[in-house]
Amino acid sequence: MSDLQVQRAEFVREQVEMSAFGVVEKPLTVWEKVFNRDEVRKGLILVALAVIWQAYAAHLNNPLLFPTFSSTIEALWDHMVNGSLLTKAWFSIKVLLMGYAAGVVLATLLTMVAITSRLGNDFLETLTAMFNPLPAIALLPLSLIWFGLGNGSLIFVLIHSVLWPVALNTHSGFMSVSNTMRMVGRNYGLGGFRYVSKILIPAAFPNILAGLKIGWAFAWRTLIAAELVFGATSGSGGLGWFIYENKNELEIPSVFAGLFTVILIGLIVENLIFRNIEHRTVRKWGMQN
Amino acid sequence: MDEDQGALPLLSVSDVTLQYKTKEHLVTATYRVSFQVFKSDRYVLLGPSGCGKSTLLKAVGGYLTPVEGAIRLKGETVTKPGPDRMMVFQEFDQLLPWKTVKQNVMFALVSSGKYKGKAAEDKAMHCIEKVNLTKFANSFPHTLSGGMKQRVAIARGMAMEPDVLLMDEPFAALDALTRRKMQEELLQLWDDIHFTVLFVTHSIPEAVKIGNRILLLSPHPGQVKAELNSSGRDEEDPVTGKRLSDRIHNMLFADEIEEEEVTHV
Repeated sequence: MSDLQVQRAEFVREQVEMSAFGVVEKPLTVWEKVFNRDEVRKGLILVALAVIWQAYAAHLNNPLLFPTFSSTIEALWDHMVNGSLLTKAWFSIKVLLMGYAAGVVLATLLTMVAITSRLGNDFLETLTAMFNPLPAIALLPLSLIWFGLGNGSLIFVLIHSVLWPVALNTHSGFMSVSNTMRMVGRNYGLGGFRYVSKILIPAAFPNILAGLKIGWAFAWRTLIAAELVFGATSGSGGLGWFIYENKNELEIPSVFAGLFTVILIGLIVENLIFRNIEHRTVRKWGMQN
Repeated sequence: MDEDQGALPLLSVSDVTLQYKTKEHLVTATYRVSFQVFKSDRYVLLGPSGCGKSTLLKAVGGYLTPVEGAIRLKGETVTKPGPDRMMVFQEFDQLLPWKTVKQNVMFALVSSGKYKGKAAEDKAMHCIEKVNLTKFANSFPHTLSGGMKQRVAIARGMAMEPDVLLMDEPFAALDALTRRKMQEELLQLWDDIHFTVLFVTHSIPEAVKIGNRILLLSPHPGQVKAELNSSGRDEEDPVTGKRLSDRIHNMLFADEIEEEEVTHV
């Protein structure tokens, strides 16, 4: 037997003193710390994109097709200072918020129905399967007939674009709450509304938040597209109308400025609002990395 | 000291048959199982997988209704889950991830209406101290190790001062070293407070160590095979010269052989 295995002596070692190590824990350098910040890295990407834009547009030298970054910023500044762009952006955001809020409320109601009964569940699944793939903008002609030219039809298409993705995500979030967590909630004697609000909603929050984000993006897209189609019929008009109007006047830098505003608002909402919510909730709770 | 035969049982399970449905079958998990748990018992349900021990515990917890027989706690039939029967699960996700350790324990106290405000906080901290987690009271569950999470779950269970603490293989997902430590800690806690616990496990050494009374269940469907006393030390019996763990092992093993004979005929 013994010639099958190599024979070795046993040994026991004393642990080395702490002070003998060179590095146990060393703080990162300033540069490493700065580069670890999301905002810094993303900011650098934005700067790089702006530089490429500026260089390419200058090389092309055709402001009618592709204005430079600097002239776009100039146009953006002009429109902001004389007020028209800000009021138009505010007009869009106002309509957007109304549609978004209504969509989220309806989605909440629909999911509540869906989780309380099997029939409700089937109802939600069928409806989302039917309407989620239907582009909101395809409903615009119908909406115009039903609600006339005005905010009513805009809000209708907005609700359509928000409702389904939010309901779908919230519902799948509720469905994925683990059985253990449900049993814990019932163990405390929670039931009905308290059970939903204190156990199910927080447990499904990563999905709910994802749904809210998708809903927001869909709503924003739908709104700008809808405004481009029927624009200023309701008085002052929004960002979409601003873009359309300036295109007609061949004010291309202003068209770019309008698009730029759409992008900026998107960036601000994503990075300031949703990111903050994420940090304070799902990331802090370790439910998402 | 644990049982007073004259006293009424705290929990009595009589002729309980449990069934649950899968997509294709109606499965009988236990058939006419009876047992009684007295105050301050460390009562262990032991058996191989498929003997319905977890299902039985869930029925005591009120998550399942027996098709036959009755489960009574202090003379009252169990119909739904409630804070008088706190569960400690095997899964680590039994802690609410959006609450800190302290909030997790407090939430149980507050939402069941047992304590309020400052009193709930004091009670929670007291129990967290008992499981040696004071330093981690403000940590979120995802930053804790598996053993620590289970300790929080136990603290939460104890804080509620339930009539009986139901533990469903609480240490099964832990590594061997942590598991042993947790078993010792649980026994220390019991020395301290003498709570009543109904403990499910499939590990013979764990059952022998934790329990003062062990209900042995045979599988498919679960039926009572034996009910044994344990001193916790697994000593050799002066008469038969056999250790308790060996006796249990033989009983479970004999079952397996019988089963094989049946299937091979």
